[in-house]
Amino acid sequence: MHAITIKNYERIVFASIPTLPYEQFVPVILEELMVNDACHCINYFGYPHDGKIQLICCIANDNEHTIHVTSTITMHGATFPSLTAHRLSFHFFEREIHEQFGIQFTDHPWLKPVRYAYNRADEQQTIANYPFYSIDSEELHEVGVGPIHAGIIEPGHFRFLCNGEQILHLEIQLGYQHRGMEQLFLDKTMLLQRATLAENIAGDTVIGHASTFARTWESLCDTMATPSLQFERALALEHERIAIHTGDLSAMCTDLAYQLGSSVFGRLRTPIINYFQEWAGNRFAKGLIRPGKTNFPFSPSLSKRWHEVIDAFEPDFIEMYDTLSDLPSALSRMEKTGIVNRETASTIGMVGMAARASGLKRDIRSSHPEGWTNITHQPIIKKHGDVFSRVQIRKEEVLQSIGYIKQILEYLPDTNDPILEMQNPKPNSFVIGLTEGWRGEICHCAITDETGNLQLYKIKDPSVHNWLALALSVRNNEISDFPICNKSFDLSYCGNDL
Amino acid sequence: MISFILMVVASLFISGIIVRTKSVTSGRKGPCIMQPMKDIVRLWKKGSVYSNTTSWVFRIAPTIYFSSILMAMSMLPLGESPGLFSFNGDFVFFAYVLATGKFFNIIAALDTGSSFEGMGASREALFSMLAEPAFFILMGSLGLLTGFTSFNSIFQALHFGSYITYALGIIATFILLMLTMIENSRMPIDDPKTHLELTMIHEVMILDNSGFDLGLIFQATNLKFALYGTLIVNMFLGNLPLYATIPLFLAIQILFGISIGLIESFMARYRMSHNAQFILILSSLSILVLFSVLMLLGKFNS
Repeated sequence: MHAITIKNYERIVFASIPTLPYEQFVPVILEELMVNDACHCINYFGYPHDGKIQLICCIANDNEHTIHVTSTITMHGATFPSLTAHRLSFHFFEREIHEQFGIQFTDHPWLKPVRYAYNRADEQQTIANYPFYSIDSEELHEVGVGPIHAGIIEPGHFRFLCNGEQILHLEIQLGYQHRGMEQLFLDKTMLLQRATLAENIAGDTVIGHASTFARTWESLCDTMATPSLQFERALALEHERIAIHTGDLSAMCTDLAYQLGSSVFGRLRTPIINYFQEWAGNRFAKGLIRPGKTNFPFSPSLSKRWHEVIDAFEPDFIEMYDTLSDLPSALSRMEKTGIVNRETASTIGMVGMAARASGLKRDIRSSHPEGWTNITHQPIIKKHGDVFSRVQIRKEEVLQSIGYIKQILEYLPDTNDPILEMQNPKPNSFVIGLTEGWRGEICHCAITDETGNLQLYKIKDPSVHNWLALALSVRNNEISDFPICNKSFDLSYCGNDL
Repeated sequence: MISFILMVVASLFISGIIVRTKSVTSGRKGPCIMQPMKDIVRLWKKGSVYSNTTSWVFRIAPTIYFSSILMAMSMLPLGESPGLFSFNGDFVFFAYVLATGKFFNIIAALDTGSSFEGMGASREALFSMLAEPAFFILMGSLGLLTGFTSFNSIFQALHFGSYITYALGIIATFILLMLTMIENSRMPIDDPKTHLELTMIHEVMILDNSGFDLGLIFQATNLKFALYGTLIVNMFLGNLPLYATIPLFLAIQILFGISIGLIESFMARYRMSHNAQFILILSSLSILVLFSVLMLLGKFNS
């Protein structure tokens, strides 16, 4: 057996993951596990234990709704041929492994540091001497943007190589936001601390990350969330999607300099996030999701209130969207701007909403459904992969999520379930969990030792896959269209930097 | 003299009107009409900070820019009352005095050595260059029509003859309105509200300016609005007496501000590469004015 096949959030004994020699590990991944377009790498990371490093690779098969896990054991500073040379989608994971453990991937085309953790293998690599791709030319010029963002959101450095107004190449250097999230999960031993950490992995995906953590933790403890808990999480996840997508539409109108769209979508977002305030006392839903329990049980009065909010929201949202999509000056900015075609999307392993806008069917809600599943999810797919596709998909997903929540509210289960007795995590366990946040697949992975202590908590935000898509999408576009391309992806800096 | 004073007065509130219009259309109350002016006064009370990489060019540029606008203003008449000075061919001088100010603005931006400002400077230079023919063909046509070459005489003589000249005035208004948008880097050419350096034109050129210098540049922009507004007003005034011209002047300036605010509220900025085409359209409109003038003068008969 070359790989163990598991389901989303299924707990397995860690030792049951097969260990292959590296010479066999690579062909198994490339030829046996990644057989077609529906198979993609959801996580590939190093787990240091007993003085060695175990490289664990998780490949999801969307058609069969399964996850294949395989591994290999190696040492610090080893030298290997890379997977990236065959599949570009591994580039980030191998860079991360290289940075953490000093493993050299000889034919990796872009083996650059990712986030400059304090315990990185090569202390010589600092953020100040990042090896930018540069070009020696009289005609071309370089434009460096950042690390301080013009809108003072999050830090990241963008280095453009331009021919006049045209972008030839963009290199994105991140890592400024590194907080040592994964290490903090091990250091902070109280469950509440860890749940709070999970909420703060990426400030715009609170529900996404918190519910992935909660569900991973429950699997680790062999506890099953009650139907009402699952229902609340599904509801909150879809509601977060509505809120963020609407906010993004507003921000994209701002970047188009379309004031009406910017202010109307901005106004529409407010009641949506205010609903979280009514429910959980926080507009970004911090504190709403807790493993095994909830401090804010859903109630029929909240259900009624939700309908009131959405009844006011939906007609205005549709009207504003129709105005935007009929406006020639806005369309001329969005159409054929920042194109990522399906082939590129598949090659670089894009995920989530941006991948679906490029025609790639990647949606955890349909491929690896988990939890509350009375809904048969049909992902929305767009073909063109330009900025306008990503605008359209946001609008359609908002309306789809509204429909889902309406369905969820019809099947409102009894919320007076007994509170779960949270047990301690089971020893020697391995759990991998996937959730479709608004941006795309969130992947958390937990490993415990023989006493049930957390040994590794691996987090992957969907931004990790999609930053490269942004860099490729702006090629041959005008540099003045970069902001609108950037916003159309709306990737997380801190989710990438952890 | 009277036109100079009126332009200074109009410059005090015109950007306030634009801001207020945009606020109202987006459902907000908006700041006081005088707020932009108060901000400028606040800036004038401050000193400027200069980066070590800049030279005297950067320090002198805002002053030259500001004074070039004052110089240009002094040539514009208002109806019957002439400007501070007037001579044959002063509209050529007018255009190039403004260009001198802009030139210093551009080399000051290049002086900072920032890649952003270089980009902004190149855009500003390109768009101003493309806009220049529109202004000259327009003023040249009016000169041909009237047989004079100074603002004062052209505008006074414009509406003797036929009412068709008012139709020309309307086309000229559109051309001048759009020229204002280009020269002042407003929508749909440039987005003055954006915080994103990569999409800016004018704003990115003045990133390094601060304090008093920045106040000068802002006030120069306000004066430029009033300047182009005055050109538009003159297209219609003819020989009206002074008690009629002053309220008309103010009314048209206010309308001018409101229409800029409305344009900025309800459309998106053009794609940068489409700007060049858009600006060239203005030149072809100017040629339309030229042909109309040639027809009026019967030049096509022979």
